[in-house]
This record gives sequence, structure tokens and C-alpha cells, in this order.
Amino acid sequence: MSNRVVITGMGLISPMGHNVQTVWEGMLTGKNGFNKTTIFDASTFPTKFCAEVKDFDLNKHISNPEKHKYALRATRFAIAAAAEACRQAGIDIEKQTPGDGIDRSMLGVYMGSGEGPIDHDTFFRSIVESWSVQENKIDWEKWTNATTETMKPMREMEQEPNMPVGHIALLTGARGPARSCLTACAASTQAIGEATLIVREGKADVMIAGGSHSMIHPLGITGFNRLTALSTRNDDIHGASRPFSGSRDGFVIGEGSAILVLESLESAKKRGAKIIAEVIGYGSSSDAFRVTDMHEEARGACAAMRAAMKDAGITTADVDYINAHGTSTKENDSIETIAIKTVFGELAKKVPVSSIKSMLGHLIGSAGAAELITCIMAIKDGIIPPTANYQDPDPELDLDYVPNEPRKANVRIAMSESFGFGGQNDVVIVKKYTE
Amino acid sequence: MKQREVAITGVGATSPFGLTAADMWDGICQGKCGISAITYFDPVKFPCRIAGQVPPYSMKEYLPKHHRKAGKLMSKDIEIAVIAADDAFRNSGLGTKHIETQPQITPERTSINIGAGLISCEIDEIAPAIAQSITDGKFDMKKWGAEGMNLVTPLWLLKYLPNMLACHIGIIHDIQGPGNNITSGECAGPLSISESVTTIKRDAADVALAGSGEAKVNPIVLLRQIILGRSTTTHNDDPQNACRPFAADADGAAFSEGAGMVVLEELEHAKARGAYIYATVAGIGESTNLSDNIEKLEENAPGLQIAIKKALAEAGIRPEQIDLIIPHGTAVACDDKAEAAAIAAVFGNAVTGIPVLPTKSMLGHTGVAAGAIDIVVAAKAMQAGIIPAAKNCPRVFDGCRLNIVKERIEKEIKYVLCCTYTFGGQCVAIVLRKGGMQ
Repeated sequence: MSNRVVITGMGLISPMGHNVQTVWEGMLTGKNGFNKTTIFDASTFPTKFCAEVKDFDLNKHISNPEKHKYALRATRFAIAAAAEACRQAGIDIEKQTPGDGIDRSMLGVYMGSGEGPIDHDTFFRSIVESWSVQENKIDWEKWTNATTETMKPMREMEQEPNMPVGHIALLTGARGPARSCLTACAASTQAIGEATLIVREGKADVMIAGGSHSMIHPLGITGFNRLTALSTRNDDIHGASRPFSGSRDGFVIGEGSAILVLESLESAKKRGAKIIAEVIGYGSSSDAFRVTDMHEEARGACAAMRAAMKDAGITTADVDYINAHGTSTKENDSIETIAIKTVFGELAKKVPVSSIKSMLGHLIGSAGAAELITCIMAIKDGIIPPTANYQDPDPELDLDYVPNEPRKANVRIAMSESFGFGGQNDVVIVKKYTE
Repeated sequence: MKQREVAITGVGATSPFGLTAADMWDGICQGKCGISAITYFDPVKFPCRIAGQVPPYSMKEYLPKHHRKAGKLMSKDIEIAVIAADDAFRNSGLGTKHIETQPQITPERTSINIGAGLISCEIDEIAPAIAQSITDGKFDMKKWGAEGMNLVTPLWLLKYLPNMLACHIGIIHDIQGPGNNITSGECAGPLSISESVTTIKRDAADVALAGSGEAKVNPIVLLRQIILGRSTTTHNDDPQNACRPFAADADGAAFSEGAGMVVLEELEHAKARGAYIYATVAGIGESTNLSDNIEKLEENAPGLQIAIKKALAEAGIRPEQIDLIIPHGTAVACDDKAEAAAIAAVFGNAVTGIPVLPTKSMLGHTGVAAGAIDIVVAAKAMQAGIIPAAKNCPRVFDGCRLNIVKERIEKEIKYVLCCTYTFGGQCVAIVLRKGGMQ
């Protein structure tokens, strides 16, 4: 006995806007979310730009933000995205006694969410103040004093990666299963996949699932810059994210939160909720190859795609659109193309493949959920979003990447792929809802 | 089709008592305490200067030749998880690529779900780079971007990504099936088990490694616990008695390094190869506590009550059938109170008759590892038919109805309930059924 799982709500806080519709329209009209970094002074970093969420104010999204006053940036995005998704789904938020007909012990939350940034002010200052130039090392006594004086308990607490889940539970009163995962760039696809299983199993009627993340902070950008994973095209920031182009030189880091309401068909029908689409397949795999590289033959990526299709009971011929992981790094886009060719064979060149990271940037933990929302909008509106900035072909990459212009198409089944750094691969398949 | 059942066929742990689950169990049976003065760094001005540290180890033993270089990319959280995973696979008798020349697991049919925490960077490692970025006695971001950051080793970030526990273990043992990294604090281990059980039940794998690990003995991590008021600060000269879950005089946890891992296996798969079956996972309940004050457990922990009820219902048993409860019991007084109230609420009058064994008095609070470690303890207790005596709880707090085990009990343990919760609300309860029982 396995429940059918449908989507009844979506919410999105991203560099291109603070709700699903705005972001979607932006993608179809040539907009992007890239900007010079303003969150901190990145003017001397190798990468001086990113995709920030702009002008965000939680007050505009919920009525009692005081309850979440300590929440950090990405958690605040999550609260707002969850609010949008719940409103669409007809789930009561910020209510003592909800009247939406959902048993709170059967309402759960699953977020692929990142850690909050460390308190950089305290962190840097404590080290500076305790560094002994004579001995060339930290004076621990001084470090402890400096840190104890400035460390703020709730600030530290809110850094934990499970905080977005906790805040969404507080927002909605959810007392069902609550989990968080962080499989790097695959995290929110995984969260949605696993949340789907929870609803299928009947352990929850409704799961609020997605991702939230912001790594746009000094040590985050330091980490990625040292790995040379980010684009350094500082003189062309709007053209910097160019997935599948020959001249791609890395990803553009973004931030945000994307959340979907997953619900058993029975629950949705009972409540009279509007069904937006159906989740029909989920596949997960591990590369088990190298810490720093994807498997050359895309072993893990292929396994995840095949597992998702098997789970959905479909074949490659049924897939109308692939929303690629498409990060704009040399390695990912090559390996992902190999994966699609391996799995789809002769059909590979016929299926449209696009990467919205060309416009939205790479939202890391929330990337997959934002991309799944895009898949659903493509199904709903019959339009495939483009791979923007497609400039110059890479001779090895010869799929239909839907270059630069959105395309009208009848999309019934769409596949969203996410491949996490460290070898965790996740694929979710959604379908137009029919009885 | 018959519902697939999931068995625990291997256990592994790293703890202050040693580098195996057997060492950990021996320590608990002997009523030892793993807490002592911190040596890993100099806690000179720390209000709490005691912790439980994993004994010295050599990673070389745990890494195949092709992965030795990658050993440099391991933070301590990763290392102790790798050691526990090795222990679990060896204990299960399932030789992986690392253990046997002819591996006995099918990589594509093996899953890996590991819980990890917020891995803190090593201050010693990054401080020299920060020290190069000072102007007029203050940190200078421009200088950092232009010069300082170049002193950070290129792969620095990889040591601290939480999914790297699963990544390294998966590479070492060649696990290619579904994989996840759960980050739900103390609940991460039990939730990893929950996810693995689902994976096996839905036939996406036959074998799964699940568990969690964290190295709490790090200056930033410990200081965080201290300023949050979760750490005891009154037992620096008396570490053996520091961590006192449910005791009237409990005043906070002592923290430890640790990792707990289990090998889960589809029951028929396990039987077919004649594996020792510690237990089957009979019921899992997950829920959420809702507390506006998220650093404290909600009063009476209603979420935990829901989780326990769900777990018992799934196991199809009545509360009084439970032979042993392993609570989360952190020795943070208000949290212990809420947890004890939740257990008492579900068990009713049966609560006073069921032995309760808090483990943190001996092992210390291993943070993200805690939930998984308790599952390992439960499995070992079932195997031995022994409920060891609890430690550091001569007198429970007023109103506590839990029956904290006074003296070692020897009996057949059919059902164990393990409870875990974390700040932020998540909670999970797992019921294990002794191997070989229907």
C-alpha cells in the first residue's frame, strides 16, 4: 500500500524575486539574479560577485516575525518560502488552533538546509586578539576571554543546520516527522525525495519539504574560491554562469529557499486542495569514487536517474524535459552530459535539457527544490525555461540545451537532477496531475 | 508481497572507552566513566575543562591504499565515524571491498545514511592565515581576500562539509546505493536508521550502513555549549561524577567525542547468510516538539510523547512490554524533567517497573553521535541479556517517576525503546525487537 503524492503548494525566495511567479516570469523574460557582492566586502576576492536575495524583509511575509527574531538569513528565507507554499496549499500558519483539517501529528517538515554562517565578527576578532606574533600561535587564554565576551548564545544556536526545520514547525504547528539533510548541492532534491517516501509510507499526510541555504559569507566564498569552483568572470557578471558553454569557468553562488508542500492524494482531495502536479519518482545513489571528483563515466548520476525512472514506472521515452544540475563548472556539465547520453541513448539529443543556474545562480542546498519548482511551472505553463548565456558550444557537449530562449512545449513529465559535491546524487520526477 | 523486515546485524562505535562497540559496552558494564581533563587543546580559561576523548588511533589502519591521501581531508568528526563504520562492517561479517578481497556486499544494493553535525574548523589551522590579514590591530577583509585566504589550503572546505562522513565511508567500503547525510542534531543517528529502514523496505537496497558521529571536543563547539548553559562547570576536579542525568543535583552535560554505526540488513538476506541478528527494527516514531524557546525542550515534551506512541504502535506492542528504556537524558535539568514527564505520560503506571539506563553519565554527551550510540548500546544489551547499572544518579530529581537502574539486571531483553530529541524540536523514538523473535 503506497500513497500517491501530489504537490499542493510552492514557495520561493531567490535572487530573482520573493515568490514563485515573479521568479518564473523573470526566467522567461531574460532576467537574472547576479550582482556585485554586497553582503560583505569581497572587492579583493578572486570572485567579487554572486546572486544575492535582495531587499528581503520577513515582516512582509508573516505577521509575527518576532517569534523568529534570532533566525539567521537562510532560515528567514525558509520561513518566508514556507509561508508562501502553505498559503497556496491552504495550510494555516501562525495559528494556535488551525482549521485546515490537517492533523498536526501528520504534518511534517523535511529541509535540505545548510548550516548558518559562523559569527564572523567574533570568530575573526577573537583570533586577531589572541594571536601571539612572538610565538606564531594562538594564546588560548586570550582567545577564550575574547570569544566568551562576544559569543551570543542564540546566534550560535541558530547556526545549526536543523534550525530551518524547527522554525517551519513553529510557523505551522507541525508535529509530524521532522528531518534535515545536507548532501551539498543535492540536499533539497533529496529532502523532497525522502519526504515523498514519508508520505507514501503513510507516516505523514503532508510534508513541507525543500531547501534553504546561504553560503555567501567570507569563509564560504573563501572555501569555494580556494577550490576554484566559482566563476571569476568579474568583468561580465551577468554572463558568468554559462552552463554547457565551452567557455564556462565555474558556478555563480546564490542563496535562497525553495519549498514545496507534498501531500497524499487522499488528503489533498479530502481538503479540496488544488493539485499542482504529482511526484512520481525518486532515485538516490552514491558515487563512492573520489572526494574531489565525479566518476568519469557518471556512474552515480546514471544510477540515480535510472532508479528514479524505475520508481516512477516510466522509460526514457516518457521524459519531456530534464532540468539539469548544470552548474557551469567544466566537470559537472561534461559528466552530466555523459550521464544523459548513457541513460537516454538515442533519445538523448531529443530531450530538452536546460539549467536555470544560468539565471538564478547556484542556490547550493536549495538549488534542487528551486529547480523542481521550475519543472512544475514548465508543466503548468507549457514552457521550458532556457539555458541562458549559452555562448559557444563545447564540442563534447551536444545535447539540446534550450539555448537562450524559452521554448513552448507540452511537458507532461519532467526530471530534476542534482549532484552533490561528495558524490550524493538525487533525481526527482514530477508529472502533470491526472486522476 | 510480504513486508520486508530490517535487522541489525553489525554494530560499531568509537567512544572514550575505545575504538570498538565491544570496548564501549565493556566500559558501560564496568560502570566506568569516560570523562577526564581535556588534553586535545588547552582549556585554561574554560569554565568546563573536562570531556570524553576518543583514545589515540592511527588512521592508516582504516584507510585502503587508494584513499590514504584523502585521509588528509578528514576532520576528527570524519575520522571517528570512519573507524566506527569499519567496526560495524567487521562485526556484521559482511566483508566490504576494504575488508575482503572478494567483497560480500553488492555496492549498488548497499545504502549509506550518516548523520553529522556542524563541523567546526580547527582554529589552529586557519589562524595563521587570519594573522596575515590584520591592519591596525583589526581583521582586514580586503587583506584577507587579496593575501590571507591564499594561505588556506585549497581543499580546506572539504574537511568541514557534513556530507563528507558519508562520502569517505562510502568510498572506503564501496557503497553505491542510496545515500544521505542527516543533519538533525542528536536525532541524526536514529533518523539515519529510519531512512535506511525505509530504503531497505522499499527494496532500494538490501544492506545499509547508518549512524552518526561528532567530535565535540573542539574549543568553539564546547564554548558554544557552555554559553548555552548546557555544560556542567562544577566538576572540573571530579570528572567521574560530572554528568548526572535525571539526578537531583544534575547541572549540565559533560561532552564527548564519539560515533555509533549499525549495519542494517533485510531480514531474509541476513538469515540466508547465517548472520548474527542483534535485533529487528520494530517501530520508529518521529515528531516535533514546539518550543518558542528553542534551546530548551518543550514542557512535557509532547512531541516525544507522539514519537514514542507512534513507535510502539508500529511495533504492535503495549508500553509494559518494553524491557529497557534508553532515554536521551543529557543532565540538563529542565530537559531531563521534560523527557521524564513525556515517558511517564506514555507509560502511565507501568513506568515505575521498566528499567531506564541513561548512558551519558558514562560516555558523556556525544552530541550528534548520541542517538546512534544509544542504539548500539541497546543492541549490545539485547545480545548480552544484561542491563548494566546506571551511574551518577543516586537520587532522582523530585517528581521523576523513571526507574533508573540501580543494580545490574540479567534477563532476556525482548524490547528496547530508545528516545532522542534535539534543540530545534525534532525527536525520534525507536523500538528494537530482539533477534529471532517474531
